[in-house]
Amino acid sequence: MRGTHRLPPGRKCLRKGLIVRKRSLVILTSVLTTGALTLTACGSRDNGNKSGGSSSGTTLTIGVDAPLSGENSTTGLGIQYGVQIAVDDANKNNWVPGVKFKVKALDDKAQPATGQSNATALVGDASVVGAVGPLNSGVAQSMQQVFNSANMVEISPSNTNPTLTQGKDWQTNKSRPYKTYFRTATTDALQGSFAADYAWNGLKKKKAFVVDDKQTYGAGLAGIFNGAFKKLGGSIAGTDHVNTGDTDFSSLVTKIKASGADMVYYGGQYDESEKITKQLKGAKVNIPLMGGDGMYATTYIQTAGQAAEGDLATSVGVPADTLPAAKSFIATYKSKGYKGDYGAYGAYSYDAATAIIKAVKAVKDANGGKLPASDQLRSKVVDAVQKSDFDGITGKVSFDQYGDTQNKQLTVYQVKGGKWVAVKTGTFNG
Amino acid sequence: MHTLPQQLANGLLLGSMYGLIAIGYTMVYGIVQLINFAHGEIFMTGAFGALTVYVYILPDGTSMWAAVPLMLIGGGIVSVLVAVGAERFAYRPLRQAPRLAPLITAIGLSLTLQELVRNFYPGADKSRAFPSLDATHSIGSVDITDADIFLVCAAIVCMSSLAWFVRKSRTGRAMQATAQDPDTAQLMGIDTNRIIVVAFAIGGFFAAVAALSYGLKYGNIDYRMGFLMGLKAFTAAVMGGIGNIYGAMLGGVVLGIAETLASAYISNIPGMQQLGGQSWANVWAFVLLILVLLFRPQGLLGERVADRA
Repeated sequence: MRGTHRLPPGRKCLRKGLIVRKRSLVILTSVLTTGALTLTACGSRDNGNKSGGSSSGTTLTIGVDAPLSGENSTTGLGIQYGVQIAVDDANKNNWVPGVKFKVKALDDKAQPATGQSNATALVGDASVVGAVGPLNSGVAQSMQQVFNSANMVEISPSNTNPTLTQGKDWQTNKSRPYKTYFRTATTDALQGSFAADYAWNGLKKKKAFVVDDKQTYGAGLAGIFNGAFKKLGGSIAGTDHVNTGDTDFSSLVTKIKASGADMVYYGGQYDESEKITKQLKGAKVNIPLMGGDGMYATTYIQTAGQAAEGDLATSVGVPADTLPAAKSFIATYKSKGYKGDYGAYGAYSYDAATAIIKAVKAVKDANGGKLPASDQLRSKVVDAVQKSDFDGITGKVSFDQYGDTQNKQLTVYQVKGGKWVAVKTGTFNG
Repeated sequence: MHTLPQQLANGLLLGSMYGLIAIGYTMVYGIVQLINFAHGEIFMTGAFGALTVYVYILPDGTSMWAAVPLMLIGGGIVSVLVAVGAERFAYRPLRQAPRLAPLITAIGLSLTLQELVRNFYPGADKSRAFPSLDATHSIGSVDITDADIFLVCAAIVCMSSLAWFVRKSRTGRAMQATAQDPDTAQLMGIDTNRIIVVAFAIGGFFAAVAALSYGLKYGNIDYRMGFLMGLKAFTAAVMGGIGNIYGAMLGGVVLGIAETLASAYISNIPGMQQLGGQSWANVWAFVLLILVLLFRPQGLLGERVADRA
């Protein structure tokens, strides 16, 4: 930078004006502050009325937290609208007489810090009775504590990392860290092993190159696959880690090529794996890439195009369109023209929201047909969700002592003719 | 180590792309001492400009031989317009302001451009497919694609024309004069405002060339692509000596090769397993930057200039 610092012309003359401007600034600030205070006061009074009253017009809010823009937003929007449809159904069929529900969806951009502040916002809104979300396990980690302190139920339709429900030492000593956290998705402990089993027995692959994105979900899943594949007798040709947001994988592709692997396993989201598979096939390495539910999205095929052909993904549950009970859900989703992808978690989000709504009904019935005061309502809903037992659109919805779903079905999908096609569905217990 | 030639080629290609973008940073800095942090987004808009030509203007099934030059023109027009517009409406009014003001403006502009594309370009909130040139050729043990060839040729042509332009043409010499001392240059009858516009325009066009290569190589673009590429290119410009156009290219290539080799081989060194691999590539790239700045604060090809920090 230049040595001589040029003063803007007429700076000295401005001094006088500055004081005058300062004074008017003080007045302006005080006016604004007073105005804002008045407004917030009105706002909070409004909220209090809504939740405290047990009159016929009560409206409760179901919070949603998911990435609604940017990375992972295709699946994130599927969660938002899955919940929306459940809430619409509840209102239309009057599931909880005298209580209307509405959705408050917040965008976490797949960032843990944003998820945490969204959780705080949801907890702070007295009309929110429970939350569905988030999409990413790493985001969930930062939200669990917030919901737990507020005694508010949180049900994720998609988090699969085992530590979220079974604690850090889940392999040896399971213990539930947060009693307000539930999920309708099964865990990676099952998913990673299910994938390894299919790779070894179904695809007859012997040498896998394992890549992950260092996130809670991706690294956990890749580690479980790695262990399970070796246990079956397969060998690991190499491992590597990528950063989320990376775009150039040429060095990784060269390594995979040199390693002689006959498949790649990727733990992470579609945002990176679609680029890896494209660059892999571009370098004439025609081996399939396999991943978890994080890459089971139509976007993966749209972006990777021809390169996606033959790639595989495991996902929790059974394909939504093979579930007879999910037919009307899918029809509604399509007819409303909602954005995003209901395929992966839409139906699970519907069931998660339904579990909260049914819990509210159970609490109301147990309390003589009246909603308890808002501070008690939340903790009672947590207990009621724990006791959930009903037939949802994805199958039976009930939770074990850790908050995990008892529905342990998994499916392997493969890209065939530009579409995800289910190739194996099963329950994995091993 | 039999993968070394391939990894070097990978690094060289990535580095050429960094270098092309770095030119924009370095030229603008050389003339107005402004770090144009919105340059990454100028790169990004260039990619969307090229995509627009391909998807919405050209008829389906146009051969890539015809499409690529037209896409380059489309991307170039968009990038140059955005760069010149940024100069005219965001930076010129702040020319006499303290240095921090244009810097903050640049960051604001960068966010604005990202959000504009995300909100108003159809489908830009997630990756959009870009026509890729992925026919592969083998040269010895090295595989390269058509897109790679385009990138290398474009980088060479761009660099040599720029070198000629700056040294020989009347405008180029006026640029050098403005870089040395804008006030005196103005006294000698040089329209410095015009020179600054030309610097922004050249930077914008080079960014568009890089953006087109990016799309052809990776086959998809999104509204965030400019952030990381811009940051890396800025690093390359600093490493090579900011203000020096050859330094920008050299810095880019050094950075690209360093990243690729670090990602490929560091994990093979015994005891360094945890510090290698793709996820550590950026760390090693910045370690290299720190080393260069420690021992040659002016950058690889930068000159020690008394009145510049």
